[in-house]
Amino acid sequence: MTSPLDRRALLSRGLILGAATMLSGCNYDDLQHPDMADRFLTGMSRWNDRVQAALFSEHRLAPTYPASAITRPPRFNAYYDIDQAPQVDPATWRLELTGRIADKRPWTLGQLRALPQESQITRFICVEGWRVVGQWSGVPLGQFLRRINADTKARYVSFQCADGYYESIDMPSALHPQTILALDFLGEPLTAPFGAPVRLRIPTKLGYKNPKSIVAMGVTNVFPSGYWVKQGYNWFGGS
Amino acid sequence: MRRHRPIHPLPLRIMHWLNVIAIVTLIGSGWEIYNASPILPFSFPQWAVIGEWLGGAIAWHFAAIWLLMLNGLAYLIWGTASGHFRRKLLPITPRAVFDDLLAALSLRLQHEEGVYNAVQRLLYWGVISLGILAVLSGLAVWKPVQLWYLSDLFGGFGFSRIVHFAAMSGICAFLLIHVLLVALVPRVLPAMIFGGRVPETTHAE
Repeated sequence: MTSPLDRRALLSRGLILGAATMLSGCNYDDLQHPDMADRFLTGMSRWNDRVQAALFSEHRLAPTYPASAITRPPRFNAYYDIDQAPQVDPATWRLELTGRIADKRPWTLGQLRALPQESQITRFICVEGWRVVGQWSGVPLGQFLRRINADTKARYVSFQCADGYYESIDMPSALHPQTILALDFLGEPLTAPFGAPVRLRIPTKLGYKNPKSIVAMGVTNVFPSGYWVKQGYNWFGGS
Repeated sequence: MRRHRPIHPLPLRIMHWLNVIAIVTLIGSGWEIYNASPILPFSFPQWAVIGEWLGGAIAWHFAAIWLLMLNGLAYLIWGTASGHFRRKLLPITPRAVFDDLLAALSLRLQHEEGVYNAVQRLLYWGVISLGILAVLSGLAVWKPVQLWYLSDLFGGFGFSRIVHFAAMSGICAFLLIHVLLVALVPRVLPAMIFGGRVPETTHAE
């Protein structure tokens, strides 16, 4: 049994990260009013996006691991406490589709589960430097994008989450065979702290590029940014 | 025939001070990145880090790395093409290093204007190697999937972080000695800014 205090200490890293963004000074403290350093760093970050896109290969797979390598217990991480993870009713949940997609009919969880599923045991690397190994399974995003007749020549795929988080990835990464809309984690349906009912699992990118509790997905040519990117993290976030 | 030869030619001085900016930014921001998930039982104090928070530190780190890599590449090309490495950092023999080290530790080693003693030569080769090691291990930490061969070379993601940290520690040790020597022989500092002048006696060489 862990007391609320212990649990708090356990999760404090994510909170510290969130709180740190409120510090003053240059270095992305107020991106509504960027100073010269912010503008310089943003320019360099966009350049690094392009370098990472050039380094990325759709054929290069992230390493996979045996079941014995899975990290137990799994590590929760978010910018809020574990009991604040969004509770989504799987019965009424729908995946809304927006943007350059021909078939925009929303998807139910049952419909997604009826599609062919892929399983992977891959490494999840956080931008902070730690990593865990987990097992996820779900619908390969590339197959799903083709099924809904999305414009796979578009530049970005964006995700909106039940907790207000949002993220976006480049189309080549979205079409990578290991990029999946995960429904299961460690052989069980996703739980709220780990992104129920559907999360993105993309082992070729850092942890913050794996949005949880997705409620809407879009395909667009307009840069959709992301929750952390808006605060100064690099957008491509490749691994 | 030139009228006088500077101790440190202009390209070297420019690259030296650009390198100071790059190295200080990389180490300061690297310490902040380290603090987000320390691999040793300590963190760097907040006054010593650059970036204020992880996102800022990463942004500085990945901006300064371009300066370090381009400047470092320019230095290696210039050092080879101009004969700087051959004239100033070679030859280097274990015997000379041993003798000079002994002389230095007994405070008998004289500073000769425009000439690096054997210990200095060894230290410069060492820090150049550490710089290359830091860049390669850093690339391995940055892209363990796309640059998997580098990641494998350093024994995977976790070991790459350790190698990267060790390379940084080695560079810091060099900087400590480097700055300490400047403090002991302060007249070498103006030469790195204004170029200095090789004394006539060694000019004939």
